[in-house]
Amino acid sequence: MLLRHTTASEIERKALTINPAKTCQPVGAMYAALGIHGCLPHSHGSQGCCSYHRSALTRHFKEPVMASTSSFSEGSSVFGGSSNLVSAIETIFTIYDPDVIAVHTTCLSETIGDDLTQIVSKASEDGKIPEGKRVIYCNTPSYIGTHITGYSNQLASFVRFFSTATPKKKNVVNLVAGWMEPSDMREIKRLASVLETRTIMFPDMSGVLDSPLTGKYKMYPDGGTTIPDMIATGDSKFSIGLGAYCTEDTCVKLESKCKVKFEVIEIPIGLKATDRFITSLSRHANVPVPDSITEERGRLIDFITDNSKYFWRKRVALYGDPDTLIPMVEFLLTLDMKPVYIVTGTAGKHFDEEMQRMLKEKAPEARFKSGERADMFLLHQWIKQEPVDLLMGNTYGKYISRDENLPFVRIGFPVMDRPGNNIFPNVGYIGGMNLANKILESLLNHYDRTCKEEKMELQM
Amino acid sequence: MVYESDKTKETETLIAELKGFKEEVITKYPNKVAKKRAKSIVLSDPVDTPQIQANVRTIPGIITQRGCTYAGCKGVVLGPTRDIVNITHGPIGCGFYSWLTRRNQTKPEDENAANFITYCFSTDMQDSNIVFGGEEKLKQAIREAYELFHPKAIAIFSTCPVGLIGDDVHRVARHMKEEIGNGINIFGFSCEGYRGVSQSAGHHIANNGLFKNLIGRDDEKKGSLKYRVNLLGEYNIGGDAFELERVFEKCGINLVSTFSGDSTVQKFENAHTADLNMVMCHRSINYVAEMMETAFGIPWIKVQPIGANSTAKMLRKITQYFEEQELIDRVEEVIAEEMKEVETVRAAIYPKTRGKKAMLFVGGSRAHHYQDLFEELGMTTLAAGYEFGHRDDYEGRHVIPTIQIDADSRNIEELTVTKDETRYNPRKTEEEMKKLEAEGMEFNEYHGLMKQLEKGALVIDDLSHYEMEKLIEKYKPDVFCAGVKEKYVVQKMGIPLKQLHNYDSGGPYAGFKGAVNFYKDIEQMVCASIWQDLKAPWESEEYIEAQFVY
Repeated sequence: MLLRHTTASEIERKALTINPAKTCQPVGAMYAALGIHGCLPHSHGSQGCCSYHRSALTRHFKEPVMASTSSFSEGSSVFGGSSNLVSAIETIFTIYDPDVIAVHTTCLSETIGDDLTQIVSKASEDGKIPEGKRVIYCNTPSYIGTHITGYSNQLASFVRFFSTATPKKKNVVNLVAGWMEPSDMREIKRLASVLETRTIMFPDMSGVLDSPLTGKYKMYPDGGTTIPDMIATGDSKFSIGLGAYCTEDTCVKLESKCKVKFEVIEIPIGLKATDRFITSLSRHANVPVPDSITEERGRLIDFITDNSKYFWRKRVALYGDPDTLIPMVEFLLTLDMKPVYIVTGTAGKHFDEEMQRMLKEKAPEARFKSGERADMFLLHQWIKQEPVDLLMGNTYGKYISRDENLPFVRIGFPVMDRPGNNIFPNVGYIGGMNLANKILESLLNHYDRTCKEEKMELQM
Repeated sequence: MVYESDKTKETETLIAELKGFKEEVITKYPNKVAKKRAKSIVLSDPVDTPQIQANVRTIPGIITQRGCTYAGCKGVVLGPTRDIVNITHGPIGCGFYSWLTRRNQTKPEDENAANFITYCFSTDMQDSNIVFGGEEKLKQAIREAYELFHPKAIAIFSTCPVGLIGDDVHRVARHMKEEIGNGINIFGFSCEGYRGVSQSAGHHIANNGLFKNLIGRDDEKKGSLKYRVNLLGEYNIGGDAFELERVFEKCGINLVSTFSGDSTVQKFENAHTADLNMVMCHRSINYVAEMMETAFGIPWIKVQPIGANSTAKMLRKITQYFEEQELIDRVEEVIAEEMKEVETVRAAIYPKTRGKKAMLFVGGSRAHHYQDLFEELGMTTLAAGYEFGHRDDYEGRHVIPTIQIDADSRNIEELTVTKDETRYNPRKTEEEMKKLEAEGMEFNEYHGLMKQLEKGALVIDDLSHYEMEKLIEKYKPDVFCAGVKEKYVVQKMGIPLKQLHNYDSGGPYAGFKGAVNFYKDIEQMVCASIWQDLKAPWESEEYIEAQFVY
């Protein structure tokens, strides 16, 4: 057994996290910053943070993940990291020439109380920031919130530093993207173009973390929200935030700064969340929904009805981030599956309320937990108490999956052992088919490998 | 150094061109940066080894490969031991990123034996712990870990904020050891990420901890074989230690302990009963070898069982040390038997790899060791460098007395080790040692990476992203070796990258079977068809011409 020390009997833990279903703020900030064209994320702290975050993102996307670090020494930890950051800014602009440096803090620079506003204005006064170039920043202390908080904080900084309102609003809808894959962003943009809407998506990792191999390396790939577009988000007439944990704060800030009204909905994973996205976009862009979209929807419905019996009442355990888990649970319920155990390391009332609301009728026995010590160890203990039929989450689930002989669908961050999440979308109706198909494949493959010989079926 | 016969004209021309690299690459840098980087870029000369600047602070913003002290301590050295509950004291990230990511394989003795490698333990510090201190939370976490798992040992690893807010992990360790009792061993590491200039400081801190808290606690000589050795600096990535365990067993050599691949607490505690220490990764573990020699009288030699010939060389060094015909005969038998498969595979692959060029920028040993494997494939190393090596890893240990100790090294504790009063036992008499040395055995010696490189090959310490891009653009190696952060950057340029931290999920690459695996993986890499298809047919000029001709 790989997780041989995990048993069904729980103790009340007050301090020890085991096998977390979360990581720390800065990696989220780094990921979000990659969604701005020509932007180099910069980690203000020890080298290790930057190295770990780049590695984690690289293992997941199998793509270059460029970022720099202030390389704190013991001296900078005592005397402050100001000179490290100022010299980093000079070095970066001289050698790597980004349009923007997006600085985020770490637990180290936060604990010693480095003031980024002051440091960046010093760099500016010293002439270290070339004409037309920008240095933006946000605070991402690792001991508050999770990687999701960091993502949200970085997004808010885009609004703070870029979004500008001119007197005239334009007929453009902002799509504020929560933590999802480049493939998902690409699919959402495709849906928006099928609807013939004018939209600005930010951040936008498509074309950055799914870039083509041509033999020529681009440090700043073609994708990403451009600075002019980012500035123009202040003139859009509406924002749709996709995923409350990652985007609500940003939408609120954009409204107060530039008077752009907003609605926050779920990431369009599954039938109903996609319905809400299409409805919202069509309403706020003031365009009708074309028949081709209704056809896509119909194909998803067809797929589900064809295979309905295999989904029926299957018990599912899942872990990950709230913005993904909420629509995911809703989709599982659409499929008549039973999401019975759900954990996320990211704390928040919204998750708890949504789980309560969605599960109380269709899966009243479900257990869920968010925040500190809502970890994969706890989830595994629940599975040991009463088993499930399917496990869904990031790569770390493979150890539970093997020990408990469970079909396993990889979704979330990080997925380090299978490619494809940045290529094939999970959002929209097409993404819904992809996701339902992955679930089905894993359930049926499991059946085919484990059923009695006489029960082997040719057609299913 | 690649065999003379494998050197092609093209390689020689390329090596001559490397001369201009430094001047060209540093012109892009701001003045101060250029001045500093210039000292870390030298041309190799195996005879008159030049001085290189190494183990100094990375320039902020330059985009380095390096990580931190915590990574070196918890991730590298202590991570591979299966029966210690390793608790990261800090915010959640550090523990999360070092959770299973280094591919340290381990094989518990049986189903009931402890194995915590698959687990991540963290105190997940919150802002209130930063403000009011985290010692009480750490104590509680240790209580809970003990209640759940009853481990033999618990280790605590400090992350950046821990040192800053003044949590004393050593005091907590002592306190909890007393509170729990039952013979549990609890110890802490002050391996905050900001200490030192790279992972290297973490290795040193881990070595000190191993020596203070584990080595020498169990005097019983275990195992029936009489040739007792330790292998230091082998972390069982991709199963390297498994392969070496296999080879030693086949030769009748008793591998008392490995630091720290596939290791257990008991093996560390017992390590001082060995008669010879073999140092594989000099950078990360030479401190333990030195301390064990001083305290217990165990001599150490440098080995590099990466490459089939190099593995054979290691085994022959062992026989030379033990001086027993029975062992010499057995080892020669094993080498002859193992080399059969190695040679068959090598002979089939060598024509495809001969004359090709590699660059290696990784680790504190690997950029050196893997040259052996490339030589066996007839490939030349054009450029190499370490991520966190010191001058001695480049130039050889004889430079150690001349290395200036700067502020960043001074804050890493140097243990004062003395002869163990009861257990110090020189394994060989002074005369015997002299005789062995006269016969060509080298003790306490490492000659460094530059001795092996071609004259004129580039050596770059702490390679920056910019330098890497330029290297590839100008010299187009056939394989570039580095880590995961560099992997896809280099491949976007159309050059395959071999990861020498995680082996691209391959391995083992150590020992005889490892050499075979490596040959095959490099063949796959340099011969993969897809690299020929980067351009679409309509992107080439012939295509357009063909349209007109029609």
